[in-house]
Amino acid sequence: MKSGSNLEAILEAGHFAFTGELGPPRGTNGEEVKKKASYLKGMVDSVNITDNQTSVVRMSSWAACIILIQEGLEPNFQMVCRDRNRLAMQSDILGAYTHGVRNMLCLSGDHQKFGDHPDAMGVFDIDSMQLINMVKQMRDEGKFLGGADIEDPPKIFIGAASNPFAEPYEWRVHRLAKKINAGTDFIQTQCVYNMDRFREFMKRVVDMGLHEKCYILAGVTPMKSLGMARYIASQVPGMDVPDSLIDRLKGAGKGKVAEEGIKFALEQIEEFKEMEGVAGVHLMAIEWEHRVPEIAERAGVLPRPKP
Amino acid sequence: MIVAKRKPFEEIKGLIKGYNKVLNVGCGTCVAVCLAGGEKEVAVLNAELDMARKLEESPIEVGALTVERQCDREYLEPLDAIVNDYEAILSMACGAGIQFVAERFPQTPVFPAVDTTFIGVNQGVGWYEERCRSCSSCVLGMTGGICPVTMCAKGLYNGPCGGTNKGNCEISKDQPCAWYLIYERLEKQGRLDSIMAFTPASKWENQVPRTVIQPGYEKSKADATP
Ligand code: SF4
Ligand code: SF4
Repeated sequence: MKSGSNLEAILEAGHFAFTGELGPPRGTNGEEVKKKASYLKGMVDSVNITDNQTSVVRMSSWAACIILIQEGLEPNFQMVCRDRNRLAMQSDILGAYTHGVRNMLCLSGDHQKFGDHPDAMGVFDIDSMQLINMVKQMRDEGKFLGGADIEDPPKIFIGAASNPFAEPYEWRVHRLAKKINAGTDFIQTQCVYNMDRFREFMKRVVDMGLHEKCYILAGVTPMKSLGMARYIASQVPGMDVPDSLIDRLKGAGKGKVAEEGIKFALEQIEEFKEMEGVAGVHLMAIEWEHRVPEIAERAGVLPRPKP
Repeated sequence: MIVAKRKPFEEIKGLIKGYNKVLNVGCGTCVAVCLAGGEKEVAVLNAELDMARKLEESPIEVGALTVERQCDREYLEPLDAIVNDYEAILSMACGAGIQFVAERFPQTPVFPAVDTTFIGVNQGVGWYEERCRSCSSCVLGMTGGICPVTMCAKGLYNGPCGGTNKGNCEISKDQPCAWYLIYERLEKQGRLDSIMAFTPASKWENQVPRTVIQPGYEKSKADATP
């Protein structure tokens, strides 16, 4: 075991992993984090804590991670390259690890232009690939990026994202290979809606043997409403929502769209359980944490295995 | 070339408020080519200032001199003879030129009349686009001649990110994704292996003022340093 995290143990034991996500508040209300966490407790193996998601200032990811640990859940500390340079990143990693954080998801981060501080300077001192490699170097060589030795190096289970739905499609699987070579232990994909494209992507992943070098968790976000589906389809860069799904949600009729969205997500999870190369599902039910127990139950992933 | 744009008129007027004799110094190189601060632009700005100050009943005398290059000491010499006739200097050169003028005449207030914007190319008359952030360690050989530092909104060295949107950057439907273009070009050249390899963290050299001394010219700096 590289890190001893629950998520790593679950994956290593060959269980189908089920992870969740939680967005910290736009203020100082720790109770809000605890409340959201209470819905996820026992339902998922690890909870991603977003890092100033969509470039909007929120409680820091590592601080919310600590609340989760206190509440008896395992966090997955998300870190974006937009807001900190290599010094701040490494010191946050040391601090978070000291408080018990064992998983990280290394991301580029949305451009600051989209958020609540569009005039901010984007740091991007290092990119997500370099961040992955830096965390690996800290863990495996016990060295900072600058080369100095770390006393008691942080042992992190290293996660990264992959988006099979952004052009150039041909390149995405190579970029995944590049992330694996840089040190990625597990991948959480962009939310999957276009199953055809995802099947194609996974076929290439399997052909290249990448699934044997890293665990791949498929991203699932249930559609809550038609408005959400249309918004994601047209406004969120790098997302692919096929018309057939929009039509299906439309066909569900008034008051039944959310249920149809959950049904689609459940069908996806069923297929992912059988899909070669897929090691689990990452459920991103943002601001819908209270529905996670029901979704987990209906997806047949409960009880979560104890490693 | 270095591309600049003229500051808003009100801002320029505000900078030289209270001065009644001002010398406006243009530059005949980059800023002249990009139509921001050459001889013609000096004349236009001076006419505007003259008229505005007349209307305000506080007339100003604005002199005009456009030198070949404000970033080159030898071309600044002609200023020596006339600078004392003025209370202040407006410079329409890039930020480097403005500073070189200010450095030469430390007693005289020097004000910028342009905002220096980028190192770029001429796409058409009056139309310029940024291409280089002078990072000091050029990777264009690896990226098929497309700069990831400048043209990618996140300056990624191992792109593209997950935000590529139908070939465009996540920041705008009008901005092509640099890494999409890099991929396309290298693919056509059969050189994808060039970006298959991991690019390690950049050694940012632009965090301190940089100096370049070309090989063989070390003496020129040594002679000038007391
Ligand atoms: S990599 Fe880009 S910013 Fe750096 S020198 Fe080359 S063109 Fe300029
Ligand atoms: S979409 Fe392309 S250009 Fe824009 S930030 Fe991502 S990689 Fe860079």
